[in-house]
Amino acid sequence: MAKAHVYNRDHINTDEIIPARYLNTDDEAELARHCLEDLDKDFISKVSEGDVIVAGEDFGCGSSREHAVWAIRGAKVQTVIAKSFARIFYRNAINCGFYLIESAEALEKIKDGDEVEINYKAGVIRNKTTGIDINFKALPDFALEIIEDGGLLEHIVKGM
Amino acid sequence: MGMTITEKILAKAAGRESVKAGELVDADIDVVMCHDVTTPPAISMLVEKRIDKVFDREKIIVTPDHFQPAKDIKSAELHKRLDEWAKRHEIKYYYKLGRAGVCHALLPEQGHIRPGEVIVGGDSHTCTYGAFAAFSTGIGSTDLAAAIATGKLWFKIPASIKLVLNGSLGPGVYSKDVILAIIARIGTDGALYQAMEFVGPALGEMSAEARMTMTNMTIEAGAKNGIIGFDDVTKQYLDEHLTDKKDYTVYKSDSDAEYAAVEQFDCSAIEPMVALPHLPSGGVPISECAGKEMDQAYIGSCTNGRIEDLRIAAKILEGKEVAIRTLIVPATPTIWKQAKDESLFDIFYAAGCVIAAPTCGACLGGFMGVLAAGEKCISTTNRNFVGRMGHPKSEVYLASPATATASAIEGKLTDPRKYV
Ligand code: SF4
Repeated sequence: MAKAHVYNRDHINTDEIIPARYLNTDDEAELARHCLEDLDKDFISKVSEGDVIVAGEDFGCGSSREHAVWAIRGAKVQTVIAKSFARIFYRNAINCGFYLIESAEALEKIKDGDEVEINYKAGVIRNKTTGIDINFKALPDFALEIIEDGGLLEHIVKGM
Repeated sequence: MGMTITEKILAKAAGRESVKAGELVDADIDVVMCHDVTTPPAISMLVEKRIDKVFDREKIIVTPDHFQPAKDIKSAELHKRLDEWAKRHEIKYYYKLGRAGVCHALLPEQGHIRPGEVIVGGDSHTCTYGAFAAFSTGIGSTDLAAAIATGKLWFKIPASIKLVLNGSLGPGVYSKDVILAIIARIGTDGALYQAMEFVGPALGEMSAEARMTMTNMTIEAGAKNGIIGFDDVTKQYLDEHLTDKKDYTVYKSDSDAEYAAVEQFDCSAIEPMVALPHLPSGGVPISECAGKEMDQAYIGSCTNGRIEDLRIAAKILEGKEVAIRTLIVPATPTIWKQAKDESLFDIFYAAGCVIAAPTCGACLGGFMGVLAAGEKCISTTNRNFVGRMGHPKSEVYLASPATATASAIEGKLTDPRKYV
């Protein structure tokens, strides 16, 4: 069961996703303990494996720290659905083999706590709580290729 | 159709005659910047994937800066991992404590930045180097690992927006005020995925250092890179700083190059600006926020921790005392020494400021000036996100060194024009 954690905010930045005071480690489990701490200190006690985060525009703006992706992944979140993503965060997620979904409608059609199911290939988010389907444009082919290989380095090693 | 300077540099790096915005290319990297937060994870990835090699030991520049000198055991471990790796691969330009400095101030100063080159770094403010007619962008650890091992990365060619800086900056107004005014107008995602190309007569009055303050903050508008064309100012800086490899190629935007947008700014009309919490786009003229009480002033960082910035602060401080905690953080050892040799330290000492060693430190809430709940800091850094310099309930106000210094003297947001 994938639950949605909805943050109706634009510009949720890397300092909110993983505050710089925790950047003295790159241990994913430890980073996960502080995921979204400065935005919602209860997030980490609410989130369960496979849940999704839903947000507004420019998600992940700010620093280049990939720790932001690792903290979210470490919290066992399956994907982030946002109106748009900041460039480096978007690139880091793909490079880590982590799916992102860009959707203009998700924020209106998914409420906090709704149950969702995602078909990445078909590009459909099903809101099981309301029965509404939300279509999204899948990531570009080259990005999917990297994700399917398990990340950029795996992708490079494969081509070596 | 002509090309922009950004397109030309990326076309050459990709071995192509021409490229267009939106195309994907594989580009050769000329310089890779590595620091203590994002590089250790990249090293671990390379070791884990059994591709622990460096594409060119002379093109990777290493400087610990964020938590340097080590602030705690965990950061000491990061430094140790960085150190072992840099030594194992005989990295030629490895700046250790004593020579290490805030990366984006250090690399140009030590002559690692050349026009026409492609530079990447594991830090979002790597866009700073665009001040020297180079393509330069920030990347995360996985990209960094790939760049270190292969010397190549994929890029989507960004569309460019042109920012025309007309007029002339008034007294007490600096390039920091210009970039804060620009971001206040276009927003933190106003240039998302795009190149911000600065042109116009006001650039002619700005030093290379002042220009770096602007390209440094282009990421705060979401840009992939910021770029300024080559001119006499660029040339003079390079003549003074390039040591080993002195040749470079100068690219210029064609007159019929395509831009996604053109924005005009009248610099004569720009007042000293302060970006209110919690976004860099929160810039308002000082006249609209003067009087707000502060607890701390911070003068430093890759945005405004260069010698020119310290000179501005010292000039205002001479013979005066600060009313609040004030930290002066020269961005590199060379700047530190220059400030000492020019007796700026005497002025700072007499005014009651503390002078720190070169470090990112409190700019990212690391150490050396972290804020408590409810405290407010006037800072010359580039980001005022929630919790950026400490407690999530602290507040950061971004401004020029002049505004930060004037505010330090009065203990509240202050128009610097009465002091310059
Ligand atoms: S001074 Fe601040 S913004 Fe600049 S590189 Fe260091 S932490 Fe980043």
